[in-house]
Amino acid sequence: MQKKEYLDLYHQMVLIRRLEEKAAELYQKGDIGGFLHLYIGQEAVSTGIFAARQPQDQVITAYRDHGVAINAGIPADKVMAELLGKATGISKGKGGSMHMADVDKNFFGGHAIVGAHLPIASGLALSNHMQNTNAVTIAMFGDGATNIGFFHEAINIAMAWKLPILWVCENNRYGMGTSPERASAVSDIIQKACGYGMQAYDVDGMDVIAMKEMVEERLTDIRAGSGPQFLEACTYRFRGHSMGDPERYRSKSEVRKFIEKGPIDNFRKFLFKEEIATEEELNQIGSDVLKEIEAAVQFAQESPEPADEALFEHVYVEHAGGS
Amino acid sequence: MAVITMREAISQALWEEMERDEKVFIQGEEVGVWGGTYAVTKGFLDHFGAERVRDTPIAEAAIVGSAIGAAMGGMRPVAELMTINFAFVAMDHIVNEAAKMHYMFGGQFKIPMVIRAPGGGGRQLAATHSQTPDAIFAHFPGLKVVAPGTPADAKGLLKEAIRIDDPVLFIENATVYQQKGEVPEDDFTIPIGKSKVQREGSDVTLVTYSKMVDYSMRAAATLAEEGIEVEVVDLRTLRPLDMEPIIASFKKTNRAVIAEEGWRSYGVGAEVASRIYEQAFDYLDAPIQRVAQKEVPLPYNARLEQLALPQVDDIVKAVREVMR
Repeated sequence: MQKKEYLDLYHQMVLIRRLEEKAAELYQKGDIGGFLHLYIGQEAVSTGIFAARQPQDQVITAYRDHGVAINAGIPADKVMAELLGKATGISKGKGGSMHMADVDKNFFGGHAIVGAHLPIASGLALSNHMQNTNAVTIAMFGDGATNIGFFHEAINIAMAWKLPILWVCENNRYGMGTSPERASAVSDIIQKACGYGMQAYDVDGMDVIAMKEMVEERLTDIRAGSGPQFLEACTYRFRGHSMGDPERYRSKSEVRKFIEKGPIDNFRKFLFKEEIATEEELNQIGSDVLKEIEAAVQFAQESPEPADEALFEHVYVEHAGGS
Repeated sequence: MAVITMREAISQALWEEMERDEKVFIQGEEVGVWGGTYAVTKGFLDHFGAERVRDTPIAEAAIVGSAIGAAMGGMRPVAELMTINFAFVAMDHIVNEAAKMHYMFGGQFKIPMVIRAPGGGGRQLAATHSQTPDAIFAHFPGLKVVAPGTPADAKGLLKEAIRIDDPVLFIENATVYQQKGEVPEDDFTIPIGKSKVQREGSDVTLVTYSKMVDYSMRAAATLAEEGIEVEVVDLRTLRPLDMEPIIASFKKTNRAVIAEEGWRSYGVGAEVASRIYEQAFDYLDAPIQRVAQKEVPLPYNARLEQLALPQVDDIVKAVREVMR
């Protein structure tokens, strides 16, 4: 890896972290409506995935999607504008926090019904298979999604049809406030994939380099025709499930323990230890990011609301008679 | 014009579209080796191969969900549900995913997908396999819902549904696959969202769709012998709903009956009647009558089942009622 690649990874994770902190602030001020699920703590997972994917590989995820959107290459401006419900948002202000996507960047969203995007992911992989592209579909989901029927139907059909897909479970230890130990007959999530005859791996989701390398290996295998593979990325969210989570299900000391080995601090230490970057360089990235976020907030705040006519746009692609 | 069955019309539409566009493929339970539970896709596997005629597991969320994903990825899937009763198992993917995807992401994704689903009662399959829940699906903006009543409309509308970029639920009625009708022999499509006058008449506007088109035509023939001329308007598409031919007809007849196979409450008849009241109240000469299924889960017993289902005679009586 070149120095620039390391610094890019650091930049992405810091950008996500600062964007999420700003989003929390704007939510508390009432500028952002609906639900807000922050990606703070989990930055290394999607940053590693996107560092490993080829541009043609499709990524689809659940509702904790701001960080994934940033890594997909959606400018912070458009993410922030979507959070504020503006016409300039990536989904034109119609999707909000949970529904960001960019079809041109092969990022297929941002889906808010737990597990429902997993059969859709199988279908994306089916389209790659049928059109003989060498693209792999990367489906991201939480530990909670592995308990819903959609998950089982999706990985079964993908395996039965040997589709080119990588399933990435972001195990952040809680589905809302319920741990796999309390919600799942088999709390070792990898075993569920093994039950479908799938090759399954786990990785430290707090380590961006480990994430990147692991995903690269999996994608290489899948591109070579291995069929679906499964990856459990062990991670942790530092904030509540969404804003307004009383967090009765975990202790402050548990949260502290994970924050201490957080993905950004971890990576910072690694970059110093390996003498890849100096403190000044990383601090410079930090202050550049702050400016980027400030500009994004300004862009979003100054952007227009969607026009009234937008209400009826995009209900259908093709309008026939009737209503 | 050739005279063919409803089954042949649907089968031809699928075959021709698969020949025309290699992105079109079929997936569903028993569509391949078996040839389709209602034999609609018989011979398809041998001709088009297993890649494009895909037998799926019995997993409706995966059938519809993966069809949505394939459509987002550039294919044009036709997903077959063995019956519309199984659509409830895939309800999330139909109403929360397919119907929302284009709008919710600001127009970025297109879902050129057709879901074919036969429904209807009258085959002694008891309550879970006999429903006509069409109105439920017509409730959701973003989904197009088509339910043809003649072989020609079935063929033209299915071909159109496959060619457009919106998700379409194409509802068939399993008891009319053997029904015959004249179908043009050239390559034709019929636009979605256009109602059609199937029989002209000056006394009563009879609004209907799907299997009840045939029942309505039979009722109209009986009533003609009594000197009552019924105009039969076939909705063909439930969403978007085209009221124009209905309102035009009603302004001429000032009387309306709506016949559907599904339950009366919150049904297609309720919607059409409301719109007639809203759009043409001044033309009204008699309260609008609705013919629909009795408000019970359909029983297995053949006599009880027929008692619950709307019959030709119910339509005849309703027309006489509005003519009083």
